[in-house]
Amino acid sequence: MIHFVLLISRQGKVRLTKWYSPYSQKERTKVIRELGGVILSRGPKLCNFVDWRGFKVVYKRYASLYFCMCIDQDDNELEVLEIIHHFVEILDRYFGSVCELDLIFNFHKAYYILDELLLAGELQETSKKTVARLIAAQDSLVETAKEQQGSISNIIAQATK
Amino acid sequence: MEQLKTIGRELAMGSQGGFYQSKEFLDLVKSIGEARSKAEEDRIVLGEIETLKRRVSEPDIPKRKMKEYILRLVYVEMLGHDASFGYIHAVKMTHDDSLLVKRTGYLAVTLFLNEDHDLIILIVNTIQKDLKSDNYLVVCAALNAVCKLINEETIPAVLPQVVDLLAHPKEAVRKKAIMALHRFYQKSPSSVSHLVSNFRKRLCDNDPGVMGATLCPLFELVSTDVNSYKDLVISFVSILKQVAERRLPKAYDYHQMPAPFIQIKLLKILALLGSGDKQASENMYTVVGDIFRKCDSSSNIGNAVLYECICCVSSIYPNPKLLESAADAISRFLKSDSHNLKYMGIDALGRLIKISPEIAEQHQLAVIDCLEDPDDTLKRKTFELLYKMTKSTNVEVIVDRMIDYMISINDNHYKTEIASRCVELAEQFAPSNQWFIQIMNKVFEHAGDLVNIKVAHNLMRLIAEGFGEDDDSADSQLRSSAVDSYLHILGEPKIPSVFLQLICWVLGEYGTADGKYSASYITGKLSDVAEAYSNDETVKAYAVTALMKIYAFEIAAGRKVDMLPECQSLMEQFLASHSTDLQQRAYELQAVIGLDAHAVESIMPSDASCEDIEVDKALSFLNGYIQDSIEKGAQPYIPESERSGMLNISNFRNQDHHGASSHGLKFEAYELPKQTVQSRIPPATLASTEFVPVPEPMSVRESYPTTIVPSASSDAESTELKLRLDGVQKKWGRQTHSPATSTSSSTSKKTVNGIKQVDGSNTSNSSTWETYDSRKHVEINSEKQKLAASLFGGSSKTEKKPATGHKISKPSSHMVEKSHVRKSSMEIASEKKALVHQPPDLLDFGEPTVQSSDPPSVDPFKELEGLLEPTTQLGSTAAAATNSPDIMGLFTETPGGTHNKDDSDILSSLSKQPVTNMVGGATSTQVAQSSKGPNRKDSLEKDSLVRQMGVTPSSPNPNLFKDLLG
Repeated sequence: MIHFVLLISRQGKVRLTKWYSPYSQKERTKVIRELGGVILSRGPKLCNFVDWRGFKVVYKRYASLYFCMCIDQDDNELEVLEIIHHFVEILDRYFGSVCELDLIFNFHKAYYILDELLLAGELQETSKKTVARLIAAQDSLVETAKEQQGSISNIIAQATK
Repeated sequence: MEQLKTIGRELAMGSQGGFYQSKEFLDLVKSIGEARSKAEEDRIVLGEIETLKRRVSEPDIPKRKMKEYILRLVYVEMLGHDASFGYIHAVKMTHDDSLLVKRTGYLAVTLFLNEDHDLIILIVNTIQKDLKSDNYLVVCAALNAVCKLINEETIPAVLPQVVDLLAHPKEAVRKKAIMALHRFYQKSPSSVSHLVSNFRKRLCDNDPGVMGATLCPLFELVSTDVNSYKDLVISFVSILKQVAERRLPKAYDYHQMPAPFIQIKLLKILALLGSGDKQASENMYTVVGDIFRKCDSSSNIGNAVLYECICCVSSIYPNPKLLESAADAISRFLKSDSHNLKYMGIDALGRLIKISPEIAEQHQLAVIDCLEDPDDTLKRKTFELLYKMTKSTNVEVIVDRMIDYMISINDNHYKTEIASRCVELAEQFAPSNQWFIQIMNKVFEHAGDLVNIKVAHNLMRLIAEGFGEDDDSADSQLRSSAVDSYLHILGEPKIPSVFLQLICWVLGEYGTADGKYSASYITGKLSDVAEAYSNDETVKAYAVTALMKIYAFEIAAGRKVDMLPECQSLMEQFLASHSTDLQQRAYELQAVIGLDAHAVESIMPSDASCEDIEVDKALSFLNGYIQDSIEKGAQPYIPESERSGMLNISNFRNQDHHGASSHGLKFEAYELPKQTVQSRIPPATLASTEFVPVPEPMSVRESYPTTIVPSASSDAESTELKLRLDGVQKKWGRQTHSPATSTSSSTSKKTVNGIKQVDGSNTSNSSTWETYDSRKHVEINSEKQKLAASLFGGSSKTEKKPATGHKISKPSSHMVEKSHVRKSSMEIASEKKALVHQPPDLLDFGEPTVQSSDPPSVDPFKELEGLLEPTTQLGSTAAAATNSPDIMGLFTETPGGTHNKDDSDILSSLSKQPVTNMVGGATSTQVAQSSKGPNRKDSLEKDSLVRQMGVTPSSPNPNLFKDLLG
């Protein structure tokens, strides 16, 4: 099971956090500080896995951003590495050549995408196409809602003139 | 014309972007991005929190404003600050009718709240309503929240609806419902235990996504109870076969592998089902062999599947051919340059040596390389492997290495682990006592505070009892060497508390035993310890007791005791100590010194820590006193069970509380196990529990045993270990009781015992690595070779049969029949499935509903420019101007030609997906290509946009615009 997902920039800034196991706010801060210290200081040739408090953290660097997932001792690390890549590919498809800045300003969208990929700490959907389709469906709904709202506010605006 | 279209689209996007986030929010993100230090960032965030606190409490906030505030709260919380003041507003948002708002609300609450938060009760009602919604997206949002927020108590509130959703027409809903049930199972297995058949049904779902999701709960179910799912072996094997043969839709392919994530999950389940079951394993051999052959070992995901195959092969009933393929795969892993693969190789080796120990030998040099690798992760994994293959011939080398590593690291968690492993190995394989004590000293010296106190007690016992041989001289030699080493270690500056306790105890018991050291020398050392570690009460207590023993031995031997002045001052200090324990010990010491030799000898016999103290369980020595009292008119004792209004719970026998149970009155000690059991007792017997709390008499009696018990065993710590007081309560406890209570007590007793047994079997998993044997190694003259030799070598060929725990289960006719039935039904299911998969690409995007969804997926980044300042004309026109040349430029390129070349290997699968599937019309195809096009162009575009927004790439992170996949 995946216990949490962290996105940390090379400067140690948090870009996204998702906790599937209960951690208090204090613990979260501590976890991020601890892991940031360990992972950011690791050399490029070392393995993408770190032992941490009896768990394993699998991380991968994409440009200046580190994607980290914390898993149980008996999980398959290579698989998790590919789950990370799977997530990045979906982000890439959604944002179009995704970069760190996309995630900074649209962090909520990244959360929505993550929610379609992982649920309750398990991989929920393995098809990129299905994830993309669900996100698109949600976005389109948001779109129509906005249009409706816009037209209503227009009407009101005109009426009050 | 084209240009006009793009401009139009951009304007549309701009307004959309403005809808999401205001200038204020962008400024916040920007300023945090540019913060030079953590302190500066904190200052900005605290300012933002103040603003938000003010804003959210304003009356009549428009919904979209509120939505933004909530997102800002999420952002603040993500940065590690407390946003709890806004939680209630997020909860309120989930109540909203519009999905748009609701979705944000659900996102925020799932990020803010843990399952035990008080506010969750306010959301449950909304969730219930939303689960019934006819808009499947609302249901999906609610199910996402269910997975995070519903706890054990609230499961019944949503369970029926979630179960109903298993039959929902939308596969996304079915999938999420399955995941939610999986979560429920993790939280409270009993709540969904009746739904197992539903999971089985979902395994045959038409949608591969739902089937894949069902594997999660099934894996969990199988791992808790293998035997009830043996009939599914055939189904799992046939699914795996179909997956491996690419029968699933192309959309599930990942880097040219057919649905690898599903394959991995299936292999995990098969590994569980085939463990120790020859018949079940035989069904798997073909398909696992196929996967071994088909796996592409050049890609990462291929190796992930390979690794899972190895795990499966090493878990199921061994098959020589598969073991061979597994060994081949492992040697490929170990020979690879990639650290990741080496790591997996070492791990896989650790799994396989249980079955075929000889394969470790071929890889000895690779293992040594990994052991000496600078990468800590790899090193630790290798230590794990070594731990698994330790035997008496190589224990010294391995433990020495482990201790060296233990000394070199700072990570307390791992230090604890490796220390306990050292202790375990040393206890199991120690070649000599001397060596054992040396190793233990090292462990205590460097990781003393991290080691379980039991380890120290074990060592004390070991030194006291000796090694069970009859040879007394060996034991005393062991003790003197221990005393020697401890006196030496006391010279070190800082010693962990646990180690000091051990040292004090050993010095007290055996410091003067061999006559090498005088009593005054030892007592001097002990009082030094007590003084140097004056803030550690436990150590001081150990030191005082040790002093008492030394003096007692002296007196008993007929020598005169001269208390050293420093001891005297120490005693004076302790006699007035705030710690009652220390005070008591000091008074006892004083009293002992005042006694004559004969009395002292019977109180403190020399080297008697292992002798059993005989306890007069009947307390017969009090008979005279009782007789006297009764004669003087005192009330005779009435057994507790004969008293009215009282429940006989003295029959709960608890080993841990034998001291208390001797009186049969102390209710409190039994409360704990009883309460845990109560929930499992059927409601009929629950009635009896209302008698349990009898607070008043309890508090009175409680003081009685606590004063008596310690005085019986107050002096020597070791004797506490030896006391056997169980069964004492028979004296006063009454055996007869009412039937109602008897049922409750007997059931609870049973369960308590049951739990105990489980614990015991868990902790006492003695490792069976001893059976590992190795052959003679090849002689090569290098240090590594030597090390390898000491690790893997050893010509002693103890050819024992490896205890792999495999049992050949005899196939009962019943089982066979069952599996046949299962098979036929599965065949039908698979046929059905094949039928369903035949229509080309059910998941095609050509559906009309997708049309409207195109714009956001095309290039959401353009939203950014609109976010900036939608009102300022200058900004938007400038953006259009900077953008259009880029787009135009793209048109000149031959479509598809260049960008395919630019794409890296990793992206090859991305580019293979027909781009037109994502977008509808011809114009948007062009734009899509631009977004998928050369990264350089994209980043330039983004760069210019962001510059407009004021985020300068020269600030701390110039990589901000770098394509993540580039």
